[in-house]
Amino acid sequence: MRLVRLADAAAPPLVALLATIVAFALFLLAAGADPLRAYGLIYLGAFGTWFSWQNTLVRAAPLLLTALGMALPAQIGLIVIGAEGGFVAGGVAAIAAGLPLAALGLPAVIVLTGMALAGMATGAALVAACGALRHWRGVNETISSLLIAYIAIAVCDQLVEGAMRDPASLNKPSTRPLPEALMLGTIPGTNVHLGLVLGLIFCVLAYVFVFHTTWGFAARVVGANARAGRLVGLPVGRLILIVTALAGAATGLAGMVEVAAVQGAASADLAVGYGYTGILVAFLARQNPLAVIPVAVLMGGLEASGGLLEQRLQLPDATITVLRGLLFIMLLASETLQGRLRLKLRARAPRPAPEPVRRAQAGGA
Amino acid sequence: MSGIGWWGVPVAVLAGAIRVSTPFLFVSLGELVTEKSGRVNLGLEGTLVMGAMSGFAIAWLTGSPWLGVLAAALVGALLGVLHAAICSLPRVNPIAVGIAMMLFGTGLAFYLGKPFIEPKAPELPALDLGFWSANPAIRSALKVNALFFIGVALAPALVWMLRNSGIGLVLRMVGDSEDAARAMGYSPRLVRLAATGFGGALAGIGGSFLSLYYPGSWNEGLSSGQGITAVALVIFARWNPMGCLWASLLFGGAGALGPALQAIGVTGFYHLFNALPYIVTLLIMIVSCSPDRTLAGAPGELSITR
Repeated sequence: MRLVRLADAAAPPLVALLATIVAFALFLLAAGADPLRAYGLIYLGAFGTWFSWQNTLVRAAPLLLTALGMALPAQIGLIVIGAEGGFVAGGVAAIAAGLPLAALGLPAVIVLTGMALAGMATGAALVAACGALRHWRGVNETISSLLIAYIAIAVCDQLVEGAMRDPASLNKPSTRPLPEALMLGTIPGTNVHLGLVLGLIFCVLAYVFVFHTTWGFAARVVGANARAGRLVGLPVGRLILIVTALAGAATGLAGMVEVAAVQGAASADLAVGYGYTGILVAFLARQNPLAVIPVAVLMGGLEASGGLLEQRLQLPDATITVLRGLLFIMLLASETLQGRLRLKLRARAPRPAPEPVRRAQAGGA
Repeated sequence: MSGIGWWGVPVAVLAGAIRVSTPFLFVSLGELVTEKSGRVNLGLEGTLVMGAMSGFAIAWLTGSPWLGVLAAALVGALLGVLHAAICSLPRVNPIAVGIAMMLFGTGLAFYLGKPFIEPKAPELPALDLGFWSANPAIRSALKVNALFFIGVALAPALVWMLRNSGIGLVLRMVGDSEDAARAMGYSPRLVRLAATGFGGALAGIGGSFLSLYYPGSWNEGLSSGQGITAVALVIFARWNPMGCLWASLLFGGAGALGPALQAIGVTGFYHLFNALPYIVTLLIMIVSCSPDRTLAGAPGELSITR
C-alpha cells in the first residue's frame, strides 16, 4: 500500500516530465535543431562524465536550499516566492559579517560560522516578515514576498555600489573579497564545495522537522485547514513565524555559500535566479524536502548542460529557460491527474474482505 | 535637465509619471478585469515581456508600430487564454500557474527575441503638448505618447462597462459567486477564459509600450517587475479602474524620481529610488489590508485577498 501511495505521488510529475520531453522536442524541431542530439547533449552536459557530474552538483547545491525557501512555507499553506531576495541579502550579510571577522584574524571555522549565522538571520528576517504580514495584517504573502525580494535586492545593490564597495573593483562594483584561505572548502577528491553537504543536511533536517516533529505536524494541520488549526488551539501565528523563518534561513544560507564558496565577494552577480529556480524545484518535488534532493540534482544538470547546448547546436542560452518554463507548466497541469490515477490503482487492488458492521458506524453514520 | 537645475526634478517626475505609468496602467487594468472574474493571473510579468518582444519584432519587420501593438495584444491574449485553460483543470493552483507562466513567458521572449536586440524599430507616435515652451526639458517632458491617452480613456470606459453593461454584470457575478453564475446558466470557466485573455491582451500592449516608446528598444533587462507590481497595484486600487489610473500615475512618478535625481547629479541612492514603487506598494498593502475582513470591493471568489 505504501508503494502504491508512493507511485501515486510520483506519477503526475513523471507524466509531466514525459509531456515536457515531447513538447520540447517539437519546440527544438521548430527551431531547426535535432531533438535527439539535443537530449543527448543535455545528458552529456549534466551526467555524462565525472566532470559534468561535479558541475551539476555545484549548481544543485544552492537549489537544495532555495527550494526549501518555498517548500517549508508550503507546508503551512503559504506560497512564498521571495527566495531570490533571501539569497542575495544572505550573501551580502555574510560578507558584511565575514570581512570584520577575518580582519580579527580568527580561524576559518569561526569566520565561516559567523558568516552562515549572519546570512541565515538576514534571510530568516526577510521571509518571516512575509509570514508575519500575512498573519497579522492579512497581506498576501505571495505578492509581499516578491516585493520584499525586489526591495532587498535593491538595498543590496546600493550597499555593494556604495558603503561596502571595494575601491579596487572599478568596472564591476563588488565588495572586498574574502581572503582565499577562509573560503569554504571542497569535498575531498572533488571540485564540489561543502555547500552541497550543508544543503543535503538541511533538506534531511527539514524533512524530519516537517514529518517527524509535533511542530511540523501542527504546521501541516494549519496548512491543510487553518480554521481547524485555530479551533484546536494551535498557535498559528507562532507556527507561521517559525516555518517562514526556517525557510528564510535556508535561502540566506544558500547566499552565504555562494559568497563563501563560489564568488568570494558579493556583487550584482548574486542575483542570477537561483531563488526562482528553487520555486520550480520545490513544485517538482511536490513540496517534500526529501524529494527536493533528486529534483535539485536534475535541475542542476539542466543548468549545467545549457553551455553545451549553446556551443554545439548554436541555440540561444534562453533555450534552457524555455525548457524549464515548459516543465513547470506541464507539472502544474499534471496536478489535475492526482486523484484520478489513485482511483484506477485502487480499483485494481484486491478488495479487502468486508468487515462486520460496527455498532458505532451503524448507529452514528 | 540643463538650464532649469533643480526645477528639472518635478518636471522630470511629471514626465516620468506619464511615461513610466503607461505600462503600469495597461497591465493593472487588464489584471483588474481578470480579477473581477475571480481569478488572479500572476503571469502578467511574463506576458508583459512577451508583449514587448513580439511588439518590437513585428514593428521592426513590418515598419508599423501599430501592427506591433496589435501583435503584442494578440500574443498577450494567447498567453492569458493558456493560463485560464490550465487553471480551469481541477486541482490546479492558479497562483502557481501564474508563477510558471511568468518564467515561461520571460524565457520564451528571451529565446525568440535574440535576433531583435540590435535593431531599432519605428517608434509609436507622440503628441507634442509642450509646444508652447521654448525649454527643451519641458518640451520633452510633455511629449505624451498616444497609448497613454488610450489607457486613460480605457479606465472610465471600464468603470462604465463594469457598472452598466451586461458583460460587466456577468463578469462581476462570476467573480462574486460562482454558484450564482452557474445557477443563471453562465459558465464561469468561459467567462474567466475571456477575462484572462482580455487581461493578457492589455498586458501585452503595456509591454509593447516599453519596447516601442519608452525606453524604446528590446533587451532582456527591459522589464523590472512592472507586471508583478501591477498585480499589487490592483489591490491598492481596490478593484476600481479609476483607482488604477491614479495609482499608476503615482507609481510612475515614484519610479521616475531616481532617474530624475540622477540627471541633476544626485546619484547616491539610485537603486533605492528605483525600488520606490515596490516600497510604496508594500507600505500601502500593509496599511490597507486587514486580517479580519476581506477588502472592500474585492470580488468574492478571489483567492488572493484571503
